[in-house]
Amino acid sequence: MARMMSGVLGAFKYEDAAVDAIKGLKAKGYKDLTVYSAAPNHHIEEALDQPVSWVRAFTLIGGLTGCAAGFGMTLWMSYDWPLMVGGKPIGAIPPYVVLGFELTILYGALSTVAGVIILSAMKSLKGRPFKPEFSDDTIGIFVPCPPDQRGSVRKFLEDVGSDEVSEHGS
Amino acid sequence: MTATLHDHPHPNMTHADVTRDVVATLQTPSRGYYLALFTAIGLFLVGAVTFLALLKDGLGLAGYTPPAFWSVYITTFVFWVGIGHAGTLISAILFLFRSPWRTAVYRSTEAMTVFAVMTAGLFPIIHIGRQWIFYWLLPYPNQRWLWPNFKSPLIWDVFAISTYLTVSTTFLVVGLVPDIAAVRDKMTGWRKKLYSTLSIGWTGADSQWRHYSRGYLYLAALATPLVLSVHSVVSWDFAMSIIPGWHGTIFAPYFVAGAIYSGIGMVLTLVIPLRKVLKIEHMITEYHFDNLAKLTLLTGSILFYAYAMEYFVGWYSSNIFEQTTFWRRAFGPSWWSGWTMIICNAFVSQLLWFKKIRTNLTSLFVISIFINIGMWFERYVIITSSLANDFLPFAWGQMNPTWADWGILVGSFGWFGMYFLLFARTFPVVAIQEIKEMIPMPRRKKGAH
Repeated sequence: MARMMSGVLGAFKYEDAAVDAIKGLKAKGYKDLTVYSAAPNHHIEEALDQPVSWVRAFTLIGGLTGCAAGFGMTLWMSYDWPLMVGGKPIGAIPPYVVLGFELTILYGALSTVAGVIILSAMKSLKGRPFKPEFSDDTIGIFVPCPPDQRGSVRKFLEDVGSDEVSEHGS
Repeated sequence: MTATLHDHPHPNMTHADVTRDVVATLQTPSRGYYLALFTAIGLFLVGAVTFLALLKDGLGLAGYTPPAFWSVYITTFVFWVGIGHAGTLISAILFLFRSPWRTAVYRSTEAMTVFAVMTAGLFPIIHIGRQWIFYWLLPYPNQRWLWPNFKSPLIWDVFAISTYLTVSTTFLVVGLVPDIAAVRDKMTGWRKKLYSTLSIGWTGADSQWRHYSRGYLYLAALATPLVLSVHSVVSWDFAMSIIPGWHGTIFAPYFVAGAIYSGIGMVLTLVIPLRKVLKIEHMITEYHFDNLAKLTLLTGSILFYAYAMEYFVGWYSSNIFEQTTFWRRAFGPSWWSGWTMIICNAFVSQLLWFKKIRTNLTSLFVISIFINIGMWFERYVIITSSLANDFLPFAWGQMNPTWADWGILVGSFGWFGMYFLLFARTFPVVAIQEIKEMIPMPRRKKGAH
C-alpha cells in the first residue's frame, strides 16, 4: 500500500461550504488540492478554475489519423491489386469517403478514451485518502500540507463548514 | 401539473437516495427475472441448434427461393441494427441537446444498443453460408494479395457496423465507470473486489472528472454523426443497386428515421416491465415515457411520409418496374406483409398524438409491440418483395421462410434478451452520476451561488 501523504481531509454535505473551502484554500496558497465528488459539479469546477482538458488534442489527432488511415488503406489496397470494378477508376475517392469517415470516428473515439485514461493517470492519487461516501452524497477535499500546518488547515475547514475533518500522514 | 422538457425529472430525491435505489437493483433478483432469463436462454438454444443444422447441411435449409437470395436473415440483420439506433440517439444526440429526460433511460438504451448490434453482427456471418471463412470480409494480407472491394456498399457496411459496435461499447463502458465505483463503495465481499477491479481506480477526483467530462462530450460529438451514418450505410446496401423499390435517394433518411423509431419501440418494450421488476418506477416516470412517446411519434410520422413518398415516386417515375413493385407490395401475393408494415408503423404511431395514450403504460407497451412487428415486416417487405419480383416476370419466385429461418430469428431474441438481462443484473441500469448531476446538492445559504 502506498504511503499516506501528509495532509487534511474534509468532508462536506453542503455544496456551498465546499466551494467556500476551495476558494479559501486557494487564496491561502494551497494549490495541489484533490476534490472528490459523486458527479461533475460546475460550482466546484469554477472554484478550482482549472484549464480546459487536453483530451481534445487526443480526439483531433486520433480523428485525423483515422481519416488518413481510411483513405490511405483503400487507395493503397486498390492500387496494390488494380482491378476495374463497375467502370469506376481504380482509386475512386467518393466511395472511399465512407471508409475515411468511419475510421475517423473509430480512431477519434478510441484515442479520446486513451486521452482520458492517460491524462487522468498523469496526476497520481496514490497516498491521498478517500472515503466511500465521496461516491455517494458527500464532497471530499484533501489538502496536502506539512505536518506543522495541519492544525491551521483543520481549523479553517471546520470554520468554513466541513462536517468531518481528519488528519493523515506521518 | 404536466411535466415539460425543462421540469426537474427527479424532484424529491437526494444523492444518497439515487445510490441506494440503483444499488438495490443489483441485489437478489425476483422469480420473474429468472423466468425471463431462462426463457431467453431457451430461445437462444433454439437458435444455436438451428445454426448447427445450417453448419452441417448448408443454407439450403432456409427458404431462399430464386431470385430472392436475401430474405429472413438479412431482414433480421437490418432489424437489429435498427434497434441499436435508439441507444446512441438518446445517449449522444440528446446529451448534446441537454435533454434532461434522457438521464434515467439512457443506460438501458445504450446497453440495448450494444447487444442489438452484437446480435445484428451474427446475421451476415450466418447468411454468407460458409461461416468459417467470414474473415475474408476483413482486409488482411493473404497469399494472393487480394483485397476487399471498397467500392461495394457491403464492405462499407462491415466497417460501419464494426465501428458502431466498438464506439457504442466504448461509450457504454466509459459511462459506466463512475457508476461502478459508486456501486463498489456500497458492496462487500467478492462483489466489492469485482467492482473495484472494474472501476479501474475511479475515485471521482477533480483531476478525473476534468478529463472525463471533456472526453464524454467529444465521444458524444463523434457518436452523433456515426449513428446517422450507420443506418445510411445499411440503406445503401440496397439503394446502390438498381433493383426496383431499392434505388431511391430517400433511403438514407428513411432508414435512419425507421431505425430510431424501431429502437425506441424496443426501449419501451424493455423498460416498461424492467422498471417494475427492478422497482425503479419512481426514477423512470410518466415524464420519461411521455418524451419517449413524442420521439416515437416524430419518427413514426417521418416514416409515414417516407412510405407515402415511396409510393408516389414509384407512380410518378413512369417506370413500369417501380410501379409493379409497389403495386405488388400492396396487392400482390404478400399484400399482408405490406399492410402489416404500413398499419403498424405509419398508422399505429399516430395514436401517440393523444396524451392519454402517451402516458398510459399499458397502451404504450402494446404500441411498442406493434412497432417491433411493423419494423421487422418493413425490412422483410423491402428486401423480399423487391428481390422476388424484379425485371423478368418469368424469373419471379415467392419467398417461403422455413423452420431454419424462424429458428434463427427466435434465437436472436434469446441471444439479445440473455445479454440484456445479465447486464441489468450486474450493472446499474440507471445512470447514477448523471442523475446526481441533475439533482442540486444541499446548500447552507438558500439561493446563494
